[in-house]
Amino acid sequence: MDSFLLTAFLFLAAGAIAVPIATRLGLGSVLGYLIAGIVLGPVLSTLGVDVVGLQHFAEFGVVMMLFLVGLELEPRLLWQMRGRLLGLGGLQVAGTAGLIMGAALYFGQPWTIALAVGLVLALSSTAIVLQTLSEKGLMKSGGGQASFSVLLFQDIAVIPMLALIPLLAMPEMTGHAAEAAQHASDGHGDTHGISLNITEGLPGWATALVTLAAIAAVIGIGSWLTRPLFRFIAMANLRELFVGAALMLVIGIALLMTMVGLSPALGTFLAGVVLANSEYRHELESDIDPFRGLLLGVFFMTVGALIDFDLLFSQFGTILGMTFGVMLLKAAVLFTLALVFRLRGADRSLFSLGLAQAGEFGFVLLSFTVANNVLPEALADRLLLVVALSMLFTPGLFILYERVFAPRNVEAQSRDADEIDDDAKVIIAGYGRVGGVINRMLRANGFETVVLDFSSEQLEILRSFGNKVFFGDATRPDLLHAAGIEEATLFIIAIDDKEQITGLVHYMHKHYPQVHVIARAIDRHHVYELYAAGCRDIIRETFDSSVRAARSALEALGLHPFEAELRAKSFTQSDRKRLADLAGLYDPDIPAHLNEAYVARSRQAQEEERGELSGKMRHFSNRANRGWVPPSVQDLQAEMEASAPEER
Amino acid sequence: MARVLLLYAHPGHRHSRVNRALFRAAREVDGITAIDLYARYPRFDIRIDDEQAQLLAHDILVFQYPIFWYSSPSLIKEWLDLVLEHGFAYGHEGTRLAGKKMMLAVSAAGPETAYSPEGYQNFPLRSFLSPMEQTANLCKMPFLPPYALFHALQAPEDRTLDAHVAGYVRLLEALRDDSYDFEAADSLAHVSHDTLPIRAES
Ligand SMILES: Cc1cc2nc3c(=O)[nH]c(=O)nc-3n(C[C@H](O)[C@H](O)[C@H](O)COP(=O)(O)O)c2cc1C
Repeated sequence: MDSFLLTAFLFLAAGAIAVPIATRLGLGSVLGYLIAGIVLGPVLSTLGVDVVGLQHFAEFGVVMMLFLVGLELEPRLLWQMRGRLLGLGGLQVAGTAGLIMGAALYFGQPWTIALAVGLVLALSSTAIVLQTLSEKGLMKSGGGQASFSVLLFQDIAVIPMLALIPLLAMPEMTGHAAEAAQHASDGHGDTHGISLNITEGLPGWATALVTLAAIAAVIGIGSWLTRPLFRFIAMANLRELFVGAALMLVIGIALLMTMVGLSPALGTFLAGVVLANSEYRHELESDIDPFRGLLLGVFFMTVGALIDFDLLFSQFGTILGMTFGVMLLKAAVLFTLALVFRLRGADRSLFSLGLAQAGEFGFVLLSFTVANNVLPEALADRLLLVVALSMLFTPGLFILYERVFAPRNVEAQSRDADEIDDDAKVIIAGYGRVGGVINRMLRANGFETVVLDFSSEQLEILRSFGNKVFFGDATRPDLLHAAGIEEATLFIIAIDDKEQITGLVHYMHKHYPQVHVIARAIDRHHVYELYAAGCRDIIRETFDSSVRAARSALEALGLHPFEAELRAKSFTQSDRKRLADLAGLYDPDIPAHLNEAYVARSRQAQEEERGELSGKMRHFSNRANRGWVPPSVQDLQAEMEASAPEER
Repeated sequence: MARVLLLYAHPGHRHSRVNRALFRAAREVDGITAIDLYARYPRFDIRIDDEQAQLLAHDILVFQYPIFWYSSPSLIKEWLDLVLEHGFAYGHEGTRLAGKKMMLAVSAAGPETAYSPEGYQNFPLRSFLSPMEQTANLCKMPFLPPYALFHALQAPEDRTLDAHVAGYVRLLEALRDDSYDFEAADSLAHVSHDTLPIRAES
């Protein structure tokens, strides 16, 4: 227990120190974690911490990340991507693996080893690249999209690779088998635990059947079971229950995949895709995201800590040469693909540089190859260094991209007009009487909206009408984040709790001043508060309907409808003017009755209103009386008399 | 019997003396449709389909409004802009209004003498109405000389308003009963209560 706490503390502390510094220096969080891990390495080995085991545990962060990636990807989108997925991804894996295999053959390796090395190094680091792309806001760029396609394909390709590698086993190495198998099962019992695999020993057709059943189960769970489950949990209205359930879902699916010998990452990705249309999507996202972040952080730190500096320094030239060779070769393949697939300018360099490293799945495959007697340990250890070093260099490549390539091609990178981005993104907090109407009107006019509400029964009904609504408490920053508040054009606060509205306006004004906020005000005083909180688009929730009711009353009392309309407009105008004046004087830190300017103006306002109400106002100050009045006959007469002498 | 549609527009209905009296009288005329556009569309949210359907159900269209800045109140303009759509009112296939007649009933503060090249309004009244006239032409609607009241601000005082209102009622009835002499009217720039070319009832 104590040693667990110590390890946990060390990792957390190292991350907490290194990452902010790295980010401040513009290196990105991944490099920060890697450096923290390198520093931590000697300490951990002195303490005898099982870093390899920890790494395999932290690999679960990758599983979570793919779940989150899946959540962002609706099935429809995935289908739209199929061409790029197979084209870009397939060619990248095949091309890179083939070239590396050729190089290994050239250096005199037998073909089985050469092929295994090719496969291991063909993969890139989903963890580093996706993290960096989203941190730098490059996910939506052409290069980011292409990178994503390749990474996704690679993640899927791991599965057939895992099936292929045992076939490459070398008979003369079987002597090492026992030891190697031991090594392998040490670590990744939790990822591909061989012991858990129920398909072992089954005939081929049965394995296939079980596998298909498992995939069907994931889709089934995602489509039909999660909704009732979460609705059930929502009844308890406890935040941590949701977090627990979300974790349970991800872990459960990972477990199921492991049992049938499939990649847990693939399984959770699939579950994510299935849930991408669910109203619980953003809730799941915000629940899982911190775990993903922490685990990936630990994962990167273990990569840093696992760098075997003794081996590195003793063979420095060779290993560095291999690393650069691999990265150069990968970049060349990527660049060629970028040309073939017509990526332009900065997109091309982002794609070629960003994916030039080997990745965490490389680690997984390496231990798997050793366990299956495909690679001798000595080579595997060196390759491990190559993979780790290439990952270590990746943030540098992104920096290279940013400093050298990105600025030059600013224009080339802007998308074609006909490429549809998510466009204006509108987030509506609260789907009640107010939010509902807003949503209907915006959607009727072709705008995409994301609606957040925490009444799950309500959502159920709305969902059935095809509305895009998500379960969640809109006042929670993490949920707003998951809903994409950073990229939102517009945020509409339509919830009905006065304090929470004000809180949200404060929060938005402070953290996302670029997002236009429309806030619902409960009453006049609330308007002042919201104004003081920085909101400039404030809508009183009942004002318009009350004015309309008054207008109807005027009509019913015999006023011409257009006249009633003019009165309503005039009333609204002067009321708004007064409100704006008072809002400008209102100070949330001074009680209203002690605020002299405020008190004076509101007195004056009352008088004005009384004057208007009693109809004693002078003609021209009341808009309703000003329109379309011809001069009176008396006026005309007076004018005639005045001009008469001159004419004479 | 012709089906007469009267569209009246006056945003200052409350201050109006002339047009208000005219419209009140017109509403009492049997067998014609008299619409107060500003009452129907106080927020300018004109229902195009309804308006077009209504047009199709009538033979003679009369606009009644005061001259404001040598033009019409803005709702009339809005109505024209929205209702007289291409393909409905004009254009290759826009012949739905062809053959219907258009007439204006307008009031102006300036005296008739002012509306001439020698007067301070510089142009005859008809030249200010030419946009309406050409609108009718484009829609293949014969444009009738307008029923005009000059010196409108004095009219309530010197009793010409009463005669004007009575003439208006006779005009509408004559249009309704097909007893209005379009040919005779065509020789006039505008008609008034004392020059209305109405054929004696047969
Ligand atoms: C805004 C406005 C603009 C006017 N423009 C003109 C004009 O251009 N020529 C004119 O002869 N009278 C003009 N007048 C006078 C009106 O035509 C006159 O007030 C109206 O015909 C009287 O009818 P009513 O009693 O129904 O309002 C204008 C009046 C207003 C209120």
